[in-house]
Amino acid sequence: MQRPSTNRNLNPSEAADAASLAVHTQDLAKRYGKTVALSGLTMSVRRAEVFGFLGPNGAGKTTAVKLLVGLALPTAGEGWVLGAPIGDLQTRRRLGYLPELFRYQGWMKAREVLGLHCELSGLPRAEWRTEIDSALNTVGLADRADDKVEGFSKGMQQRLGLGVALLGRPELVLLDEPTSALDPVGRHDVREIIRHLKARGTAVFLNSHLLSEVEQICDRLAVVDHGRVIANGTMSQILGQDGAVRVRVTGLELAGRVALGHFGNLEDEGEWLTFRGLSTDRVPDLVAEIVHQGGRVYAVEPRHETLEDRFLQLLKEQDQ
Amino acid sequence: MPLLTIARLTILEASRRKLLLALGVLTVVVILLTSWGFSRLPTMNNVTPAEVRLASSQLTILVAFMFSGVLALGSTLVAAPSIASDIESGIALAILPRPIRRSEVLMGKWLGLAALVILYAVASGLLELLGIWLATGYTPPNPVAALAFVAAEGIILMTLALLLSTRLAPMTGGVIALVLFFVAWIGGIALAIGQAFANDTIINIGVGSRLLIPTDALWHGAIFYLEPSEILAAARAAGRARAGNPFFADQPLPLTYLAWVVAWLAGLLALANWSFARRDL
Repeated sequence: MQRPSTNRNLNPSEAADAASLAVHTQDLAKRYGKTVALSGLTMSVRRAEVFGFLGPNGAGKTTAVKLLVGLALPTAGEGWVLGAPIGDLQTRRRLGYLPELFRYQGWMKAREVLGLHCELSGLPRAEWRTEIDSALNTVGLADRADDKVEGFSKGMQQRLGLGVALLGRPELVLLDEPTSALDPVGRHDVREIIRHLKARGTAVFLNSHLLSEVEQICDRLAVVDHGRVIANGTMSQILGQDGAVRVRVTGLELAGRVALGHFGNLEDEGEWLTFRGLSTDRVPDLVAEIVHQGGRVYAVEPRHETLEDRFLQLLKEQDQ
Repeated sequence: MPLLTIARLTILEASRRKLLLALGVLTVVVILLTSWGFSRLPTMNNVTPAEVRLASSQLTILVAFMFSGVLALGSTLVAAPSIASDIESGIALAILPRPIRRSEVLMGKWLGLAALVILYAVASGLLELLGIWLATGYTPPNPVAALAFVAAEGIILMTLALLLSTRLAPMTGGVIALVLFFVAWIGGIALAIGQAFANDTIINIGVGSRLLIPTDALWHGAIFYLEPSEILAAARAAGRARAGNPFFADQPLPLTYLAWVVAWLAGLLALANWSFARRDL
């Protein structure tokens, strides 16, 4: 695959920035005919961080990863991976990649698949055995190493794919929906592997629509929709500092409810009222106001916004 | 070297998937049966050694046609899915992000498939000729050149299927390659008829088909080296009566045409590499 023609030579300060990042893209775009798969993606992934890339189906997540690993050519924009323009052949030695929908040669044994990837990665032959055994142990396939891949379940293939992505101690690992075929134990294992990668200084680019997974392990994340980043930052930046409060109340007339509007974004569910964007120190004032309006308070529950809430809200805002 | 790794992988896959075993067993069975058939020729009533030689030479050409057909169809069936199936199944998604050029993947597959074609052509051809020699004492005038042309025909068709495989589904690419193979065969017959009756239009159609798809021309190149001189002389004397016979060649392929075949092959490989390099996965 050739380098995208849009990549230019960086000036010294840009080059230093790009080299210090695991991934950096600037207005990266991809069209398939008339279909826009990715529309001006600008983002950065730092070294040794776990970066979550979230979005609904069809948002352009997989397209973005394919551009980063050179499987597709961008139609516009620029991108650098580990300091080199995307598609750079030598840089791929330092990458690990787990595709979303993939298969290995069914007629090969798991150990042979790993050996093939050691060979294609240009790893010194003396290191193959150690690398292969280490990968097999890490993903829990040591006892199936000499079985043919065609007999593997989807989950086992996924584990093998993860093992392949870990070969050669890559500096950046891109995982496209790594837990999609795994059971809860497998998902837990993947999270542990990702934490281990981070601990040894490997950057992880995690493509996922499993929000709880991202919430648990990612340092920073970007939310994409319609091929564009609609939010990015740390988890607390994305979720916002202010939480929400749920109050169970009776005896409150409509006028009273309207009067509570200035405490925050009110969701009225009958007896349960949810106030979004309300700081904790204003909760006593809220309760006093409800009582003042004639309401009887039975429960006050602080509610932390989950990533799912925020994610859905972001997509809703985007649609509007 | 990644190219050799992929070539080795291609051959290993053919072996592990039992393609080589199946072909090997069937070929040995065919060779045993045909050799037995050849061994009956000298035992027929009142047959002279010259007649045995005549019959053996013609039957050898027919058997060679069968093997060249097996090779052409077989190499198409193996090459047509080689890239396309890897893309469809997701194997390519796992391999191509490695530090390996797409041209190395494609050329590695080509090299592996070409090695298989040559291996089959040489092994089956030599075994069959050995069987015929043991049965009748007949050997064609230049078996090595004939086998080289049969192998070249397989490689040409395999390369065409490989090019189609970079863009089309395995089934589609395979069908197109086979249709073109048979169209070229008919084109070769048209050329012979055109030449016999000196019809320029038909000659041009035949020449055009030979330039576009060289498989039939290479088959005729192989036939020429399987024809004993007395058969060649008799057939030439028959003139128009031999026109359109797809199992006869009255002259070897000119060097300029062989140069064209080499250029055709190089051009197709360049096109395949260009096509694969630009394919979004």
